[in-house]
Amino acid sequence: MDGSLTVFIISTLIKIAVVVGVLLGIVAYTVLAERKICAAIQDRVGPNRVGLPFLKGRFWGLGQPIADAFKLMLKEQFVPGVVKRFYYTLAPFFVMVPPLVIIGLIPFASIEPITISSLKIVVPQPGVIINAGAGVLWAFAISSLSVYGIVLAGWASNSKYAFLGGIRSTAQMISYEVALGFSIIPVFLLTGSLNFSDIVKFQIEHGWLMIPFFAQHLDWKLFVMWPFLFISFLIFLVALFAETNRAPFDLPESEQELVAGYNTEYGGMKFGMFFLGEYAAMVAASALIITLFFGGWSLPFGLLTKGVGIGGLIIQALVFLLKILVFLFLFIWIRWTLPRFRYDQLMNLGWKIFLPLSMVNIGSVAVLLALFKTL
Amino acid sequence: MENFFFWTFVLTMIGSGIGVIANKNPVASAMNLVLMIISIAGLFVLLGAYFLAAVQVLVYAGAVMVLFLFIIMLLDLKAEQQANFRMLGIIGGLLTVLLLGIGFFLAGKNITSLVGKMGIVIQNNSIKALGELLFGNYALAFEAVGVLLLISMIGVIILSKKDLD
Repeated sequence: MDGSLTVFIISTLIKIAVVVGVLLGIVAYTVLAERKICAAIQDRVGPNRVGLPFLKGRFWGLGQPIADAFKLMLKEQFVPGVVKRFYYTLAPFFVMVPPLVIIGLIPFASIEPITISSLKIVVPQPGVIINAGAGVLWAFAISSLSVYGIVLAGWASNSKYAFLGGIRSTAQMISYEVALGFSIIPVFLLTGSLNFSDIVKFQIEHGWLMIPFFAQHLDWKLFVMWPFLFISFLIFLVALFAETNRAPFDLPESEQELVAGYNTEYGGMKFGMFFLGEYAAMVAASALIITLFFGGWSLPFGLLTKGVGIGGLIIQALVFLLKILVFLFLFIWIRWTLPRFRYDQLMNLGWKIFLPLSMVNIGSVAVLLALFKTL
Repeated sequence: MENFFFWTFVLTMIGSGIGVIANKNPVASAMNLVLMIISIAGLFVLLGAYFLAAVQVLVYAGAVMVLFLFIIMLLDLKAEQQANFRMLGIIGGLLTVLLLGIGFFLAGKNITSLVGKMGIVIQNNSIKALGELLFGNYALAFEAVGVLLLISMIGVIILSKKDLD
């Protein structure tokens, strides 16, 4: 086999292993963080009993995710008698897989090839698993498939609560997908690219879209553009909350009305996959926000971006991770402080406010860009 | 490698296509159609048309088919599950397949000339090139499609609101 191909395959496998491992670790600890933060907001203590294995002491409940994972996996795989078995089994995979693929599309570090001189090999695109030309479009295409998981779960469960949850979720996700897609077109107009790495590169040179003074060279155009980009960011953020079915948009699983919504009839690891899928989608959503609006993996002022080797790569990945954690905190914070929308309010917000607003926003940014060109 | 993927996608496509018409359960048919759309997107990827593939998945699998499923579930089509195949339908379907097959076979003989004409987009596989083509050479056709969609939208509104006045 060709040498560079071998390096490519091995480096890709390593990247996949690392990224999936880190992702599942974050997901497990986000669940704990969710319970801890929720407890803090409600003035409780939260889970603090389970310590780490082989160590004495409780460590603030840090062993809880491990115990949760074992509990979910060792539970009996009970399937209710009246479900449509094939689709019932298929549905959790549709929720679990799309976020993993999206994470694979997003660069977590610089994609410039790095040379490992001791082994005499050149690793291509070290900072991303799939460097797709129209990466953002692919991310949206893949994420739009996750709705099948919820629809099929609701339908195959053969239960009224699950069915109502599935129907609600379909309507909600379709409505907000339109606003989600429209809201980031200004970013593409400005950066002139649909590739995540190109968008990050643009932000390193001209400034992060939301924090324009974090730039190598200050660009006054970006400051003029900021209000429009902020509207774009706001719509994108809210639409992402709706897409991930998180409060205040958790109507598909509103427990007061629908028991648990689309996953009412699920138990054991099948429920666990819905659960993991929801948190993985949150991580993917945070990564999308960061890459499009907050400079991706880059440090402020374009520090440590060029020719930094493996050490720099790890620092970039850690910066990316840190930014993700900030947005995960935002997700949790909002869930436990805001009440749920009513269904008609949800539809009004999506179709009557966000959709027209994002269209006007696209038009304004396009006109501004045309003006800049003539200047 | 490319051959392997081509045949995987083509066989999945044909298999799920048969699944769409052979299944009596409407939801199963719809899911087969989703699989078919995704394998068509796979064929587009093999042709190097990445943008088209992404849009295919995004629009058809991600939006149109979700709406299909939504409607099927809302209407709760149980009567369809028991409906049997009719002889006339089967004969008509086979005849269509035969005629289309002959048509495509004859068209396929001239496939070399077709490739030359479609080469513009395929060679410069960038969204910029595609956009320039769409809003430059084919601007009129593009706008016409837009008007067509607008007409269908207005039609739906009139049909659904005609009882109000």
